[in-house]
Parts: sequence; C-alpha cells; structure tokens
Amino acid sequence: MRPPPPPWRTEGAPVLLITCPYCGERPEPEFVYGGQAHVARPQAAAGPVEWARFLYQRDNARGIHAERWRHTHGCGRFFNALRDTTTDHFVAVYRIGEPPPEAR
Amino acid sequence: MQPFSAFSLLRRGLSGHRDWTPQWRRAAPRDSYDAVICGGGGHGLGTAYYLAAEHGLRRIAVLEKSWIGGGNTGRNTTIIRSNYLFDESAALYDHALKLWENLSQVLNYNVMFSPRGVLMLAHTVHDMQVFQRHIHANRANGVDNEWLSAAGAQAFCPPLNIRDMRYPVLGGALQRRGGTARHDAVAWGYARAADALGVDIIENCEVTGIRRDAAGAIAGVDTSRGPIRTPKLGVVAAGNTSPIMRMADITLPLESYPLQALVSEPVKPIFPCVVMSNTVHAYISQSDKGELVIGAGTDAYTSYTQRGGLHISTHALEAICELFPIFRRLRMLRSWGGIVDVTPDRSPIIAKTEVPGLYVNCGWGTGGFKATPGSAHVFAWTMAHDAPHPINAPFTVERFRDGHLIDEAAAAAVAH
Repeated sequence: MRPPPPPWRTEGAPVLLITCPYCGERPEPEFVYGGQAHVARPQAAAGPVEWARFLYQRDNARGIHAERWRHTHGCGRFFNALRDTTTDHFVAVYRIGEPPPEAR
Repeated sequence: MQPFSAFSLLRRGLSGHRDWTPQWRRAAPRDSYDAVICGGGGHGLGTAYYLAAEHGLRRIAVLEKSWIGGGNTGRNTTIIRSNYLFDESAALYDHALKLWENLSQVLNYNVMFSPRGVLMLAHTVHDMQVFQRHIHANRANGVDNEWLSAAGAQAFCPPLNIRDMRYPVLGGALQRRGGTARHDAVAWGYARAADALGVDIIENCEVTGIRRDAAGAIAGVDTSRGPIRTPKLGVVAAGNTSPIMRMADITLPLESYPLQALVSEPVKPIFPCVVMSNTVHAYISQSDKGELVIGAGTDAYTSYTQRGGLHISTHALEAICELFPIFRRLRMLRSWGGIVDVTPDRSPIIAKTEVPGLYVNCGWGTGGFKATPGSAHVFAWTMAHDAPHPINAPFTVERFRDGHLIDEAAAAAVAH
C-alpha cells in the first residue's frame, strides 16, 4: 500500500462546482452531463431531415448553453442548467419542465 | 524560399547563423482572393499548400485568428496511425500515412516523422476479439497491423507492465508504420512551402462574418482586419467550426469538447514506441526532447475553454502508473487542453455544403493530427474541383440524414 498523497496535492484542487437544485453545490464528478436541453422530439411522421436534426444537430453554442445534467451520485435526478461555454461558469440551474430563465 | 540542406546549414553556420530570413512573409490581407481558408492549423495550411502546388491556384489566403498552429495542431499528442476498421476510414487515414512518409522531402522541412510503431493493448477477451477483427480488416485493406502476445508486447516495449495490475495485458495490436511527428514543424513546414507558392498567411485575423451574393453563393468574408472578397471559402476551424458555419446559416452535427494532454519532466530515451490502451484509457509516447507525452480524455460537457477537469487527467495518470510502474515518481511538467469538434459517428466531415462556394473540413474529434496531410490533400481537391475526391466522398454532411454513418465511435483506439 502506498501512503495517501500529501494534503498539498489534493487540497484546493480545481474542480468544477455544480449546484444541484435539489442537493446544493457539489463537485462535478458526482454529475453526468446530459447534452443540450429542450431538443424537441419530432412527430413520428416527420421526414429524415427533421429526424437528423433531432438526433444529430446541436447548437454547440459558444456562449450561454442550455443543457441537461443528472446528479447521478447524489439524488439521481435530472435538471437543466445555463452555462457559459467560454468560461464554464454556471449562470443558472432550473428544474426539468421549467422554461430557461433569462440569461444574466 | 531559402532551401534547407546540409550545405545551406554549413554555409550559414560559417557566418554565425545571422543571415537566415523569416520562413514565411507576414502578409497583410488583400481585397480579394481566389480561395480563402479559414483556420491556420495543419489541415488549413496544408489545404492552401496543395491548392497552390497541385491545383494551380495562386491567390490564396489562410486566415488565422491568433498564430498558426496554436490550436489543436500545437496541442495534440502527435500520434500517427491508420489501423482503422472500416474501408472508408482506412482509405482516408492510410492516404495520410503514405503522405507522411515523404512529407519532409516534399516540403523540404523536417517534420520528424518517426514510424516507431503504435502498440494498442488488449486487457480483456473482448479487446482481443476486437483487435483481431481490426487486424483482419486492416490486412484486407492493405494496412499493416499485427498481433503480439503479452510477452511480445513487453519485448517490443520493455517498460510495459503486463501482470501486476487490475487489468493484466493479454496482448496487443502493433502497427509498425505508425508513430509520431513534430506537430509544430508540420504547421511551419506547410506554411513555409505554401508561402513560397504565393499563399498569404494572415495571422491575428478573425473571421467575423460570411458574405453571400444575391444567389446565396459565397461572396467573401468579414474579418477583424477588413472585408475580403472570394468565391471559395474553406472552413477548417476545428472546435470553432460551429460558430463560423452559423454565420452562413448552417448547423452541423458537431459538439466541441475540451481534450487534455500533458507532458512529464524530460528524461533520457526510455520509451521506444507509442502505447495506447482503450480499456484503462491511456496513451503515451516520448518526445525527442525526452518528455513523456500523455493523452487524457475529453471532458463530459461541451466547452470552448481550452482546459479540462483535473479528475480527467488524474484518471489518465492512474492508468499510466499501472501500465508503467517505473514512471510513478516522474513529475508532470505541463498540461493543457484543446477544443475538439466531435461528430456523432466520430468520423470527420470533408465536404461541399449546401451553400455554393462554401466547403467544410471538420469533425476530426480527438484524432485529427494523424490525418493532416491526407485531410489537406483531399480537401484541396474538393475545393479545386467543386467535387469530392473519391477518398472523401463518403465523408459528407448528408450521411447523417441518409443514415450512411461511418460509425468508428466504438472502433477508435481510445474511446473518448
């Protein structure tokens, strides 16, 4: 067995903090990213262009991005978030079914 | 262009190396060009070079928002291989590998291509079956790839630990023609050769808008250094492709993720090849400077920050320490991230778009460096002929609508 790493190696390590709307602020490894939020599923009769858009096309926004997260190693629930993809700063979190808040 | 040779080195050495001139001009943008390349990485500079060298275009500009080769070309782990599973991918990547083999001679610039062998480790029965399938598929496509036993893998790469670990090594697939090259030299070599053919390489010039004529075709671009007219625009912008294509009202099936790499402190030559492991997720080689070059995974979420989470690189180092216990006390010197544009099937898009005169070369995801010459070569063909080269004909945008995916996602060397 190797000894545990000295505290200067682990303390203050930069980890992205995410606020779960149910559990509060937790480190990123507790969460699983769920992709772009509010992607509407087309009707069954839709053509291949609509299906390709639903399955594959994403905004890939450079700036504010609405996305889903799941607090897998916590409450296990899905929620939505607005995040600035140029800084990784979380602007807002909100529950599934709610409209995205105005980006600040 | 001042040719590089032993004679020129000797002659300039006699004068104290003081009379070398810059390797390419610091060009200012002109009003119009026959073709404009947006993105001054290896793929973009190579495209400009092949457009000038093989297709006779002379008035070409490469627009780069910062400095050339400062994006993913300068941030990758420089691994080159072509042992891809599907026919379409094998043709594309082996086309690139064949161009790598004499690229230094073609460009008169030492890109330090080193075919030292790429060894991909198998840790499970599933790995062994998948690799055997790859080896047979590769042989059918004329791509070299061979199976090594665990002892054979250790003989090929002596620092490798094959037993005392959670997932012991059961064997490996070795592509001897694979290896590494010097990433900066690839960008510089293409830049110098393109410049000698009259290509304007314009740094600190960000594309801010795409102009279209009344018929919808490409008319030019707006840049931070003024508007430029052109009938042909090639977008080769890696992680920033989506924002640029949106200027032409095109949404591509791309998502941009940070991908990390790191290097250790330099040590004497100890690592003779490239080793990759999908199962424990690590890849490693040693640079000519002596640093161990280690690749980590992508972050889980899309981002443009060019940095990644610490737990991602920690995970890669844990795997390295298991595979190579002798490296456990090495310290890491630098780490960084690049923004990679990933398609749903993990294969690139090299194609015309629905906008006349607009071409896109993107979606190289986590493994674009190895394809640099091949990608540039077929993309230049596509731009010059307004039609795809047979090699990149399957790599369209429409494949996502039509269902003809080139689904190498599960077949990548390291699944990100």
